[in-house]
Amino acid sequence: MTGYRDGHRGILLEEPLIFEQDSPGCSGVDLPEVEGAEDTLDGLLREGPIGLPDLAEPSVVRHYTRLSQKNFGIDSVFYPLGSCTMKHNPRLNERMARLPGFADIHPFQPETTVQGALALIDECARWLKTLTGMPAIAMSPAAGAHGELCGLMTIRAALDARGEARRRVLVPESAHGTNPASAAACGYMVDSVPANARGRVDLAALKAKLGPDVAAFMLTNPNTCGLFEDEILEIAAAVHAAGAFFYCDGANFNAIVGRVRIADLGADVMHINLHKTFSTPHGGGGPGAGPTVLSHALAPYAPLPLVIHDAGGLRLVEHPLDPALRATGAAPLGRLKGYHGQFGTFVRALAYMMSHGADGLLQASSDAVLAANYLLAELSGDLTPSYPGPCMHEALIDDRFLKDTGATTLDIAKALIDEGFHPMTMYFPLVVHGALLIEPTETESKATLDAFVATLRDIVRRAKSGEGPALREAPHLAPRRRLDETTAARQPQLRWFPPAPAKAAE
Amino acid sequence: MSALYFTKDHEWISVEGDVGTIGITDYAQVHLGDLVFVELPEVGRKIASGKEAAVVESVKAASDVFVPVSGEVIEVNKAVVDKPALVNENPEGAAWLFKLRLADPSELKGLMDRKAYQAYCNTLE
Amino acid sequence: MRYLPLTESDRGAMLAAIGASSVDDLFRDVPAEARLARALDLPNHAGEMEVERRLSALAAPNMTAGSVPFFLGAGVYRHHIPAAVDALIQRGEFLTSYTPYQPEVSQGTLQYLFEFQTQVALITGMEVANASMYDGATACAEAAAMACRITRRPEVLLSGSLHPHYRAVTATALQHTGHRIEELAPDPVGIEDLMGRIGGDTACVVVQNPSFFGGLRDLAALAAACRAEGALLVVAVAEPVSLGLLKSPGAMGADIVIAEGQSLGVGLSFGGPGLGLFATREKYVRQMPGRLAGQTVDADGRRGWVLTLSTREQHIRREKATSNICTNSGLCALAFSIHMTLLGEQGFRRLARINHAAAAKLAARLRAIPRVRVLARRFFNEFALLLPTAAAPVVEELAARRILAGVPASRFYPDFPELADVLLVAATETATESDMDALAAGLAEVLK
Repeated sequence: MTGYRDGHRGILLEEPLIFEQDSPGCSGVDLPEVEGAEDTLDGLLREGPIGLPDLAEPSVVRHYTRLSQKNFGIDSVFYPLGSCTMKHNPRLNERMARLPGFADIHPFQPETTVQGALALIDECARWLKTLTGMPAIAMSPAAGAHGELCGLMTIRAALDARGEARRRVLVPESAHGTNPASAAACGYMVDSVPANARGRVDLAALKAKLGPDVAAFMLTNPNTCGLFEDEILEIAAAVHAAGAFFYCDGANFNAIVGRVRIADLGADVMHINLHKTFSTPHGGGGPGAGPTVLSHALAPYAPLPLVIHDAGGLRLVEHPLDPALRATGAAPLGRLKGYHGQFGTFVRALAYMMSHGADGLLQASSDAVLAANYLLAELSGDLTPSYPGPCMHEALIDDRFLKDTGATTLDIAKALIDEGFHPMTMYFPLVVHGALLIEPTETESKATLDAFVATLRDIVRRAKSGEGPALREAPHLAPRRRLDETTAARQPQLRWFPPAPAKAAE
Repeated sequence: MSALYFTKDHEWISVEGDVGTIGITDYAQVHLGDLVFVELPEVGRKIASGKEAAVVESVKAASDVFVPVSGEVIEVNKAVVDKPALVNENPEGAAWLFKLRLADPSELKGLMDRKAYQAYCNTLE
Repeated sequence: MRYLPLTESDRGAMLAAIGASSVDDLFRDVPAEARLARALDLPNHAGEMEVERRLSALAAPNMTAGSVPFFLGAGVYRHHIPAAVDALIQRGEFLTSYTPYQPEVSQGTLQYLFEFQTQVALITGMEVANASMYDGATACAEAAAMACRITRRPEVLLSGSLHPHYRAVTATALQHTGHRIEELAPDPVGIEDLMGRIGGDTACVVVQNPSFFGGLRDLAALAAACRAEGALLVVAVAEPVSLGLLKSPGAMGADIVIAEGQSLGVGLSFGGPGLGLFATREKYVRQMPGRLAGQTVDADGRRGWVLTLSTREQHIRREKATSNICTNSGLCALAFSIHMTLLGEQGFRRLARINHAAAAKLAARLRAIPRVRVLARRFFNEFALLLPTAAAPVVEELAARRILAGVPASRFYPDFPELADVLLVAATETATESDMDALAAGLAEVLK
C-alpha cells in the first residue's frame, strides 16, 4: 500500500502491544522498596514472574495516545448510531465527577460524613422521577439491561406477593436482544408479539396473547423502528386489564424528555440509560447506569440500597432488616449491585440535567426529533425509508434501494468511514431487511447533517451507478480495512502469548 | 435404500432402517454464512421430537438444530466440530451432524421430500 | 443552550424541508392526553458556573478520604492513581466512543481490551479473561450462573468469607432461575467447613481470598475437593493488588476467578462505577458471559482486533444468551489497564509488598492497644479487629475527630450480634506513619 517501512498512514502510527514493548528495568512508577514484611505469608506467596511488561511513563503515554488515535469518537466525528444516542459529552460533567467531595469518598464512611453525596443521589433521583412522572426509583442498576432485570424482578416480586404465578413475558419481535435475555434471567418464558404494517405493535395480536399467565409486556417507546407507539394508551389499558404490568424500555427516552412523561402513557416501570439520554459518556462501552423508575404498585420491591430522609438527615437503607423498611411496609427484592450504584455516573447525569434545565431538556428532545425527521426527509429521494414519517429521534431505512446494485447495507456503512462519518446502526431492528438506523441526536449542527446527507447520497448514487461491488472494499482509509471475523471466531486468540523461544543454536 | 426427508427448520434426515442421519441443508448454510462453531449432543442422549439437539454458529448468527423425530443419539460427526467450515463445503454429505436411533419412525410422516422442500424454500425468497 | 447547535433559522429551514408546520406537528403520534400540558417542577437551564457552584455545594460537606487518616476497605480500596491514567482516559477518542462494533474505527478500544484481557489472565493465573463486567458483585453472580450451566447442577455454595454484597447480589440475581443458593455464616476467623458441604448437586463453591475479613488461605485442598465432586471452584478477589504478592487463584486450582478491579486506576467514587474482572479456563470460554476482544487480520493481512464469540451474547441469542448483559465497563477497564501498565511487573509486585507492610505495621500498632485483638493471623492489606465494645459507635466517634477508622462488620451483618465488635481496617500505600499514629492514638483514647 505504501512504501514506508512500518506501513504508517499519515499521522496514524502503528502501535505494538504493551507486551511487545517490555523493557525490564523501566517502570512507570517510583515506589520505595520494602523488605521482610511478608515473613508470615509462607506458602501463600506467588512463585515466579507474572509476565507483565515494564515500561517507563513516556512509553505508556505514547502507547495509549496512539491507540486513542485509531478510534472514532463523538468528539471527532458525527456518530449517528441508531438506538445508542451518541450525543455530545459535556466536559463539565467530567469536572464535576472529579470534585474530591464526590470522587474521593468511600461507600462505607459513616453517613454523617457523606451527607452531600447522599443529597446528590436524592437530587438526581428527584429529576428522573419528575421527568418521568413516576413516584419511585431504584438507582442502583448499573446499565440498561441491568435496569430491565431490576424492573422485571420488581414485577415478579409484586406478582408473588399477590400470589400470582404468571410465567410469560411478551416482547415485540423488534425488541433489543436484552429484553428477552432479561426476561429469561428473571425466569420468564418469552413470547414474541408481531408488528403491524405501520411498524408498531399489532394491538390485536397483543390482545390475543394477553392472558392470566402473562406477567408483563415489555415495550420500547419510541420503538426500535424510531416510531411513537400511537396506540400506547390502548396497549397499556389492555395489558393492565389482563392483570399484567407494562414495562417501558427507556432506551429511546431522548425523543420525549420534557414533553411526555411515561407515567402518562400508563407505564409501570422504565429503566433510564443515563449514558444515552443524559450523556454520561459511553466510554467505549461503559460504565453506564440504568436507574429504574417504578409505579406505586412496584415501589415497595425496589432493590437495596435506598436513600431515605430521617430525623438525622439522609441515610442509606442497606440491609433487609433495617427498621425503616418495616415502618413503610417495603419488601426489597434483594440487592442487584455492590455499594450504592454508579455514583460517578449520577454526578455526570445531574450536571447534564441541571445545565439543560426543564426548558433545555425539552428543546433537546425537540431538536433530536427535528434532526431525525430532517434526515428522513432529505434521504427519502435516494434511499428507502421503511415507514412514512414523522419519525421520532431516529430514522429507519431498509435496503430496498440497494436492489441489484451488488452492494449491501454493510458496504454503505463501511463506505461512510472513508468519508469521515461513523456508520449508523446496521441490521437492527430485525423486522426490516438490511436495516440502517440513523440517530443524529440534538447536538449536531445543520451543516453536519447536510454534509452527512450529501455524502450518503453520493455513496448511494455510486452504488446505483455500477460501483456497488467496489464499495465492498471499503473502508480504505481507516487504520484497518475489513477484519476477518470468521477466523477470529474459528480460532479464538483472546490474549497475548510470548512468542515461542527461538531454537537454541546447535 | 435410504429415504431423505426435510424440515421447515432446514434440517435434513436420511433414514436407513431405524437409524436417521441428520444435518442442515444447503439453504441453511448459505443463510447462516461461514460457520465458526458446531456443538453436538452427547452420544446416548435421548431427544424428543421438536427439541434442540445441536447448535451451529456463524459470526453473527446462532441457530439451533432441532430433531424432527424422537430418538437416541448413537453417533456424532466429530469432524464438523473440529472444522465447522465443512458444513459450508458439504452440508448435505460429509458434514452430517449426528445419527439417531429412531424411537418412532411414524413421526417421519409429516416431513417434506426434496421437491416439497425446494418449493418451500422458494416461498421464503 | 450551549450544547444545542441548531439556530432558530436552522430549525425553520429544517421544518420547511420536512414539510411540517412546527416541531409539535412531528409529535402528532403522541396521544393528546399524554402530552405534558404544564411546565415541570424543575429549574430552567443554567450556565457552567452556576452548575459548578450548585454541585460544589453538595461535594463540599463530604469528608474526603485524602483529607483525613483513612483506613476503609471492605471491598473498595484507596490507592494512589498515577496522573497519566486520568489524563489518558479523558482523551475524547476513548471517552466519547461507543462499544467497538465497527472494528475498522475502533482498533484503539479493541487493542486495549485485548491487552486488558491478557493482564487479567496473567494476574489471576487463568487462561482467558473477558473485557470486564459491571463490578465484582455482579461478576460473582455471573460466575455462579456460568458454573451451573457448565456442570448442569443447581446448587451454589457461598462461603462466609465472601463479601456480603457479592453474596446478596448472587442470591438476588439467581433467585428465579432454578438455582439453589446455600450461604454459610459470615466467617471472620476462617474456620468454616466448606469441603464437608460439597455434594453431587453442588455446581460451585464461591470463596473469597483475601477473605472479606482479611484472612488468607491456601485454596489448593478446596480446589481438589471440588474437582473430586465434579464442582467448580470460583474464587473472588476484592483487592486485586493482593495478586502482586500472593499465589494466584489459578495456581491454586480455581476454575473461575472474578474480581473487583476498582483498586487500580478507578478510585473510590463512593463505590461506583467499578469494574468486574472475569477469568476462566479456555475450555469454558463459550460459557463465559461478557464481551471478548480477539485477534485477527484485516483484508490486507495486517494484525487487528475484533469483538468475537458474540453468539454467546444477548443481541444474537436473545433469551438463550449466557447473560443479559450488554455493556462492559470499558473506560474503567482502560483505567485499570493503564495503571497496571504503569506499574509493570516490578511496580505491581512492589505495590503489593508496600500494602502488606503497611497493614502489618498498623496491625502491630493496634494490637498494642489494651483489649484490642487482631483476628486474622495472616492477611494482606486488611484485617479484622475485635474491639472490647461495639465497633459502629467507635467509628462514629473517630469520624467526629476526623479519622476514618474502618468499616464496622455490623453494617453488613446487623443480625449477627457476635460481629458487633468487629471492625475491618485496611492500610494501603496511601497510609502514612502519622495517619497510623493518629488512628492508634484515637482508638486508644475512644476505648479508654
